[in-house]
Amino acid sequence: MTSHIVDARAIHKHFGTLHVLKGVDLKVDERELVFVIGPSGSGKSTLLRCLNRLEEPSSGSIMVDGIDMLDPRTNINHARRRIGMVFQSFNLYPHMTALGNVMLALRKVAGKSRGEAESLAHAALKRVGLADRADHTPGQLSGGQQQRVAIARSIALEPRVMLFDEPTSALDPELVGSVLEVMRDLRESGMTMIVVSHEMGFARNAADRVVFMDDGLIVEQGPPGAIFENPAHERTRAFIGQIQRH
Amino acid sequence: MSGWDKFVETFFNAKVMVKYLPDILSGVVVTIELALLIVVTGLGAGLAFALLRSLAIRPLNWLIIFVVDLFRSLPPLVIIVLMYFGLPYAGPAPSGFVSTWLSLAFVLMAFSEEIFWAGITSIPKGQWEASRSTGLTFGQTLFNVVLPQAFRLTIPPLTNRTIAITKGTALGTVVAVTEILGQASSAMSNSYNPSPLMMGAAAYVVLFLPVVVAARWVETKFAWKR
Ligand SMILES: Nc1ncnc2c1ncn2[C@@H]1O[C@H](COP(=O)(O)OP(=O)(O)OP(=O)(O)O)[C@@H](O)[C@H]1O
Ligand SMILES: [Mg+2]
Repeated sequence: MTSHIVDARAIHKHFGTLHVLKGVDLKVDERELVFVIGPSGSGKSTLLRCLNRLEEPSSGSIMVDGIDMLDPRTNINHARRRIGMVFQSFNLYPHMTALGNVMLALRKVAGKSRGEAESLAHAALKRVGLADRADHTPGQLSGGQQQRVAIARSIALEPRVMLFDEPTSALDPELVGSVLEVMRDLRESGMTMIVVSHEMGFARNAADRVVFMDDGLIVEQGPPGAIFENPAHERTRAFIGQIQRH
Repeated sequence: MSGWDKFVETFFNAKVMVKYLPDILSGVVVTIELALLIVVTGLGAGLAFALLRSLAIRPLNWLIIFVVDLFRSLPPLVIIVLMYFGLPYAGPAPSGFVSTWLSLAFVLMAFSEEIFWAGITSIPKGQWEASRSTGLTFGQTLFNVVLPQAFRLTIPPLTNRTIAITKGTALGTVVAVTEILGQASSAMSNSYNPSPLMMGAAAYVVLFLPVVVAARWVETKFAWKR
């Protein structure tokens, strides 16, 4: 038996002849915040997307909250309810209000009544500090607000794990803080999180563990202090040096 | 008589117009019936094929693309004539009305499938991914997230095509359908006067102008700020 909420083993992913993930093992404890770094093209996004099977791994095994994600008998739509995902480009539905964005899966997937979904959606928007923006469409919101709505859309379903793929990379610098603040609150409330990001300050303050990926493999991992100040591998040192120079 | 009076006497002859008004009106009814049938079945089938295509089943998609391209390249008149004069050799003998209806419905199906499909594929992949990641099924995502956005993009080209193709009901004259133009041209040859044709033209404007205006209204209603 495993006590890990996420237990991915020997994940391989090929895109045609391109071998993108070359046997990745990733175990995440409940309430843990794992921060994933690595050069562009190292397979960070692909790994996250394999965890909720937006991308089909070529081989390996993935257990999330006790569910075998790769078992063909698993109802993938039910399983995905437990795994929130936040994208770099927000991906809000432009034809719906903020409230409508959050309500959709509550109605269609969680099967809530309209009234119930509405009050849950309002509560989720309040948690990300956007109670007063419920009736705005994405086009009427700033990037930071849009990303917070996207977070509300995920947390309203009460997921067991949240995946973040560069949640602040598309934002103007002055809007990054508001999103990180919401993520920190989420972490404090005990959410298990896997975060791909370049926000090293956030990693230092909030991460339990930093994972460094390169060329489809996890090269090394450990507490933020150890990875940032004293990396064991030359490749990690080079990458961190490069990031900090910016 | 001045030139103007002669013009009016020829093209807007009151006596002729009164005499042939009932014929033109019955033509209007036939045109409306035909147009509604073509629009409902043509757009319905076009949407159905676009949805089938989104399932990404290879051989099925090749078939859809072949049928769609065929009906987009054939002149509608040829399809009508083939169906009316040719099909009886193979068994079924559709009336002129049915031949016109089905032929134009096939053409509208082909063009609207292509328009619906373009709308569906223009929706960014991220929309699918966000929706699927929250647990919505393929179908739920298609109907709640993708199609509402796709429809908005398809309204202008779809209206243009629909109007152009339903105006093709006039081709029904060739296979003895007594729609507006058929009534107008036989009235014109019986009366030796082009006034019935003017009435027919007026009838087309009365029929199609509201559709154009309604489409404009729907377009602004469905618009949202990005
Ligand atoms: N759908 C796809 N088809 C083909 N190749 C892909 C696909 N998705 C990703 N790749 C390739 O897989 C490799 C890893 O991509 P991935 O997006 O996982 O990297 P990443 O670490 O997230 O990079 P970045 O920091 O730039 O986001 C890249 O070489 C990319 O081009
Ligand atoms: Mg990436």
